Amino acid sequence: MVPAAATAASLNCALFHRQGGLNRATRGLQWTKKQCTRKPGPAIITAKFELKPPPYPLNALEPHMSKDTLEYHWGKHHRAYVDNLNKQIVGTELDSMPLEDVVIVTYNKGDMLPAFNNAAQAWNHEFFWGCMKPGGGGKPSGELLQLIERDFGSFEKFVEEFKSAAATQFGSGWAWLVYKANRLDVENAVNPRPLEEDKKLVVVKSSNAVNPLVWDYSPLLTIDVWEHAYYLDFQNRRPDYISTFMEKLVSWEAASARLEVAKAQAAEREKEQRKRDEAEDIQGSEAVEMYVDGETEDSGAD
Amino acid sequence: QTFSLPDLPYDYGALEPAISGEIMQLHHQKHHQTYITNYNKALEQLNDAIEKGDSAAVVKLQSAIKFNGGGHVNHSIFWKNLAPVREGGGELPHGSLGWAIDADFGSLEKLIQLMNAEGAALRGSGWVWLALDKELKKLVVETTANQDPLVTKGPTLVPLLGIDVWEHAYYLQYKNVRPDYLKNIWKVMNWKYASEVYAKECPSS
Repeated sequence: MVPAAATAASLNCALFHRQGGLNRATRGLQWTKKQCTRKPGPAIITAKFELKPPPYPLNALEPHMSKDTLEYHWGKHHRAYVDNLNKQIVGTELDSMPLEDVVIVTYNKGDMLPAFNNAAQAWNHEFFWGCMKPGGGGKPSGELLQLIERDFGSFEKFVEEFKSAAATQFGSGWAWLVYKANRLDVENAVNPRPLEEDKKLVVVKSSNAVNPLVWDYSPLLTIDVWEHAYYLDFQNRRPDYISTFMEKLVSWEAASARLEVAKAQAAEREKEQRKRDEAEDIQGSEAVEMYVDGETEDSGAD
Repeated sequence: QTFSLPDLPYDYGALEPAISGEIMQLHHQKHHQTYITNYNKALEQLNDAIEKGDSAAVVKLQSAIKFNGGGHVNHSIFWKNLAPVREGGGELPHGSLGWAIDADFGSLEKLIQLMNAEGAALRGSGWVWLALDKELKKLVVETTANQDPLVTKGPTLVPLLGIDVWEHAYYLQYKNVRPDYLKNIWKVMNWKYASEVYAKECPSS
């Protein structure tokens, strides 16, 4: 069993990797098919993503989520996503990147590359196990509770909205609580000057493998609503599964930890953006000076 | 008009061991019934919105109609696509459909292989279909996502056989091994129904 503390630390590392390793320049890169296909070479070394166990034994969530479910969901579904991802990316540029970066790059602004499905699902499931704990449920506290009350009106209203999103995600998919650091809702735009007021908590839902990383949000909490997540325990009764998740399984500590990381990332990005803006301003003013000193065609000569 | 759950032409356990009675009962009584209930509700709301001239509401209801109406359409076909072995389930197609399969896919084995591959590769929830393109007079294999009816892939497509690959269609019995479900469902495939639909659309001269 992996100690909870170790898992939280590795989650933080993964998130900081994203912040450090993927700047806007990388986001703009066009990943050609060539860069994402395997180079010929000697004996295949397997790619590096691991199937990490959930931060609790497989029977620890009973009776709310059965051992059977964990054995299939983690042991078969999640395992397959990781194994197949590794096969797809071994020997390509994607193999050297943190998982979050692979997700964003292969999302390719909606024109998904072949590895996206496995990469995103590998990420989603690892994230999902960390969203639950034995003896979970209850309410958040501290800043997370404050923000929930600020952005949803009350904790109860948040729960209603989250449950509704999870229940109405048609077909396979996920429902999320995310921290949104940028105001702009336009797909490819990044808010150049995020203000404090722009930052808020939002509930979103996504289909199949898509997750809010691709919309530049920071996920705090998720529930898997693919049927395989609940069918053995609840059959068609998805609303019962969702209620049980909220009342008995959700780990608010994990969500609070992610909020801290998300805020730190947002602050870091703002700092870097300010530096870039200052550098541009300096360049701009130098150019103006040069123009004024020299002779110009428009200097009033006949 | 309100819609109601069509009766299954066979007992819940009649398709065993290919599809378990437990799955058939849940699939019919719970999943299909829910689509119908929600479809009826959406249609009622749609009528209201149309009468009031509330265009925004009309547009907003489209996805609920597509999901739930599509679910009703697709499952109504699905129950007819299946038959107990003692009533001809699994019996190979003869006559004009059999020849068309050979002409358009090379052989029945190749068709089954193709449909199983498409069904296994389908991500998330959806259906895999054997369809007749009325206009081109050709058989094609198509997939649809979620509960999109076949016609959303082409107005000239007529469904002959559909295989539900939503996880609820097989999970209790086959778990994550969708390919085993796909392999076994052919044992209860009602080719007679498919042949009848085909013959009606393409009467031999």
